[in-house]
This record gives sequence, structure tokens and C-alpha cells, in this order.
Amino acid sequence: MRLLSARLSAKRRSPFAGLVVLLLGLLVSGGAYALLAPANAETSTSSQSAIEHGRQLFLVGCSSCHGEHGEGIVEQGGQTNYGPPLVGVGAADVDFQVGTGRMPMAQPGQQAEPHPVTYTPAEIRDLAAFVASLGPGPAIPPKSAYDTQNATTEQIVRGGDFFRTNCTACHNFAGAGGALPEGKHAPNLQGTSNKHIFEAMVIGPQQMPVFSNKVITPAEKRDIIAYIDSIRSEPKYGGSPMGAFGPVSEGLFAWIVGIGVLVCFAVWIASHTARVKKKGV
Amino acid sequence: MSDRPGLERPHPVQTGKDVAVDKGGDTTIQPQTRPDPIADPGLPPHQPRPTDVSERAEKRAERQVATLFVFSMICAVGFCVAYFTLEIGDHPTVWLGFGASNVILGISLGFALLSIGLGAIQWSRKLMSDVEIVEHRHPIASSDEVRTETVTALSQGISDSGIGRRPLVRNTLIGALGMLGLPVIVALRDLGPLPGTKLEHTVWKAGMRVVNDIAGTPITPDDLQIGQLVNAEPAVFFENKPDGEPKFEGTELLQAKAKAAVILVRMRPQDIHPAKGRENWGINGILCYSKICTHVGCPISLWEQQTHHLLCPCHQSTFDLANNGKVIFGPAARPLPQLPLMVDSEGYIVARSDFHEPVGPSFWERG
Repeated sequence: MRLLSARLSAKRRSPFAGLVVLLLGLLVSGGAYALLAPANAETSTSSQSAIEHGRQLFLVGCSSCHGEHGEGIVEQGGQTNYGPPLVGVGAADVDFQVGTGRMPMAQPGQQAEPHPVTYTPAEIRDLAAFVASLGPGPAIPPKSAYDTQNATTEQIVRGGDFFRTNCTACHNFAGAGGALPEGKHAPNLQGTSNKHIFEAMVIGPQQMPVFSNKVITPAEKRDIIAYIDSIRSEPKYGGSPMGAFGPVSEGLFAWIVGIGVLVCFAVWIASHTARVKKKGV
Repeated sequence: MSDRPGLERPHPVQTGKDVAVDKGGDTTIQPQTRPDPIADPGLPPHQPRPTDVSERAEKRAERQVATLFVFSMICAVGFCVAYFTLEIGDHPTVWLGFGASNVILGISLGFALLSIGLGAIQWSRKLMSDVEIVEHRHPIASSDEVRTETVTALSQGISDSGIGRRPLVRNTLIGALGMLGLPVIVALRDLGPLPGTKLEHTVWKAGMRVVNDIAGTPITPDDLQIGQLVNAEPAVFFENKPDGEPKFEGTELLQAKAKAAVILVRMRPQDIHPAKGRENWGINGILCYSKICTHVGCPISLWEQQTHHLLCPCHQSTFDLANNGKVIFGPAARPLPQLPLMVDSEGYIVARSDFHEPVGPSFWERG
């Protein structure tokens, strides 16, 4: 021990000593925060205080477009919404829009695009609690609603039937997404979490139609998600799917790479071979 | 190596015969008598390839070609090995997320063929004969002798058959050959029967329930929220005959479905502008339209709930469902047919009648 402290002491004037101390300090304080911070957030979930906390967050981050009470802001002329009213959209809507980073929106556009999520899960829960308190709407689904761990083959096949009937028109046969009019698009489902897929079907975000629980039952929704899971995890049997966009990307590949290689061969066949001037080496 | 056959200067192309043909036009030009304004430089001197003069280079090229052929053999064997060792079916062999069997079979067979081709080209470029050759064109016509012989044989045959002298035989032969056309025309009947009024009707009729596709569950107006889309079918596709067999199955089901498929949408009632006579075709903002595009019949359910536009993914025809299915973009010529709705005694959504116009693409008789 004495040897150790003597060694450390000998190095205390090293040019790196300050840096090491600084790094150690940061590590300790950061680690302590990581240990303590979630505990602080968890404590704010009793319903009334959650709504109040959500309201505070809403006033800061959302009210400039959606109004102080979520009543929406109508543009001059009264035709279009600057931000739509949120009364009755429910907690599921907030969880989807904020949880996928679509909200808060940096600027108005054709479509709210997913971005890195700005709020913590606890803050999203409080925001959702506040918006849900404005009027009755779909709740955040429980984990059992979209847990596809134990899905049977029969359920996956049935989910596939529903998927091809209801979803492929916009989201493509492999869930790779697709174009909509005027610069909008249906997103790729490959990276969307099961919970957000479930919520999207219930709430119908943006241009997506609603698929309410009474028409497509929660069990059928889970089957659809199980099918999407199965195509996400299935091996690429035929080599690279090239984005699963069908003839567009495959045709591009065939025309540019395929025909390009053939042209290279043609050039090689017709080109001159090496020649020598002198005879006999 | 220095003596190269076939390298003499080519003969002038123009011959006396060609000039004779040209005589109808300008006869003053006599190309065969004019000197060449630019002397024909002939072919450049032949230069040998390294493989022609160096035995080492020749051996190396031989080895290259042989290596490619051996590689082809290895690939062919690899194909067979992959065929038997890599699993397919329920538990396929997976390498790096790819189905190993397909990928390896394709790569091995592809390279087996490719290396044979590469080897052959390398062989011809480096080792096969390399001298320039001139080949002259020959007249296409047969010799006069053969032509005269053929004409003689033909006239001999005609006069022997006496087709000019026996009009009865000639005319009955023409009749028989002409009559052979009749079976062809009569067999065309098998292309029919004509569709009659089938194109103008679907299986929808008054009181038939609109049910959710796949599940077959009937739908009440309360089930639908604003912005909802339901891909729906007539209930008859999910019903059985008294003997337990489905009323529609197989090809019949597909044909009936191809005409009767619908989409059910709900929007805010104040957004809808019904045409005259269509005011009572919806239920509180719930409208039902044919799912079959009026352009070339693709199924469409690409609905934007906020703009109320329905887009066909095939050719981008766009229909405004809030305005009687009017075409607002794309090649479709007719608005999307609308199915009138009402609610039955049990509260379920049913059709008020069949479509009032043919669904799907335009056809000849419709003009």
C-alpha cells in the first residue's frame, strides 16, 4: 500500500496527472447520476402529479402549435390547422408521435418524419397522461397486446393474410414502405417497434387510415405484428433483397451492373492483344 | 511466322456487272476506269503476339486457360456438394443472414459457366491462330445452269398436271382449300360465349352485409372511427350452402371477388359532397367504393385519410372519395363506382343495391 501511494505520489507532477484526475471525477459523478436519476424520474408517476408534470412539459414543448389546452391552432382563414387539436387523441397517439421522434416537429412539412427521440420514457408517459386527461382516447397498449414471442405458425399465416389485405397497398409486400402523392410516403416498418406498429393501427397517424379494434381485433393486430416480425427475422433466401422494392431496384441493378459487365466483356473480347516487335525471345 | 496467307490486297469491289445494272441512271460515271483518288494503304504489317514468339509466354497462357477450366470443374463439384449439404425447407442453413443454399448454388453454377467462357476467350486471344483474313463476297444467285434446270422442271410439272386444261379439277381444288377456312372460323366460337350483361353486375344485392375481408365479420357504423379504412367483401363469400360447402370457391370465388371487392371509409360528414341522388348512399360519413381501379383494374386501398384521396399504385390514378370518387389525377377515365349503403334491422352495414354502373376498367360495349 505504501509502495502504491509512493508510486502515485511520484507521478503527481506528471503532465497527465491532471487529466487522469479529471476523468476519474467525471466517471464518478456520471456513474452516480446514472444510478440515481431513473429513481428520481420513477417517483413522479402518481397519476395527478404525472398529469401536472405532463402539462408543464406540454406548455414548453407542444403548446406553440397545439394550443395551451391542446385545442389546436387554426391558421388565418380558418381552413387549415397549424397544429391539430389533441382532445380525444388519447395516450397511444402521444406515445407513438413522441416515442418515434415525429413530435415535436421542427418545422411544418408534408409529413412528420421520425427523428431521435427528445423526451425520456418517463416524460413521454407524463405527456401522454396529460393529453389523455383532455378527453377519452385509445390508451397505450399493454405489452401483452404486441408480444409475439409465442406466436404460432397459424397466427403468423393469418397475420400475413391481414397484412396483405390491409397494409401492403402502402407499406409494400415486405413492409419496406412506399411513395404517396405530393412528397409523402408510407414509412418502412423494418425498424419500427411492435408497440408503435400497434399504436399506429389504432390511431391512424397522419395520412394512415385508422384500423380500429372493433374491425381489426387486438388479436388480429397481434397476428399482423407477428407476421411483420417473421418477415423481419427471416433469412434472405434469394441473396440481397435490394431494399425489397421489387422491379425498381432490381431493374436498376440489371441495367447498370448486369449490362455493364456484359459491355466490359464485349470490349475485352474485341480489344487488341499485346504485340511484340522482335521475333524470338 | 513471317509468311502470312490471305494478305494480298483485296480486289476492287466494282465489277462490270454492277455497272450494267447502273446503266438505267447516269452512264457517264465509269468507276472501274477511274484511278483511286487515295491509294489503298492495305493492312498494316502483322505483328506477332508474345505467345507467338516466346515459348514461355505460350506455356503461361496455356496454364491460364487450363486454370480457368479447372476452376470451372471445382465450381461444378462445389455446386453438387452445396446441393446435398446445405439445408433448405423449414430449417435452412443461414450464412450472414442469407439463405446459404440459393446463394452458393447460384454463385458456383455461375462461376462454373463463366470460367469456361473466360477460358475460351483467353484461349482464342492468346493461342489460337492470329492472322488477318480477307474473304470475298460471292453472288447469291444460283448459276444460270441450275436456274434453267429448275424452270424447266417447273413448267414440265405444270403441263403434266394439266391444271390449265382441266378446269373442273382446278376449281374444286380451289373450293376445297377455301372451305378449310370454315373449321377455323367455327372453332373461334370456343373463345365465347359472349359475356352478356355479366360485366354490369356483381354479387352485391340489396340487404347483403358488408363484412371485413379475411375475418368475414359484419360491421356496424359504431365500429368505424373518423379516418377509418376497411377492406371489405360481400358476406356471401363467407357463407355456406345447406350441404356445408362454400357458396363460392376456387375460380368462381376469385372471379366474383375481382368485381365485388370494396373499401369502406369514414370521414367527417361535412367534408363529403354527394352528387345529386347519392345523398342517402352513406351512413354518417361512412361511404363504400369499389376497390377495383377504373383504369386497368388494379385493387386499390391506398387511402389518405386527411385528404380523402385514394391512389392506385399501378399508374397513379387518384380518386377523391369525398367527391363521389371523382378522378383528380392519372389515366383513369371514370370515377370510382360507389356502393349505396344502409343499415339492416340488426344494425349492421348492408348494401342498398348492386353498383349502379359496371365496376373496373372500361370495355368495348361501354364505349
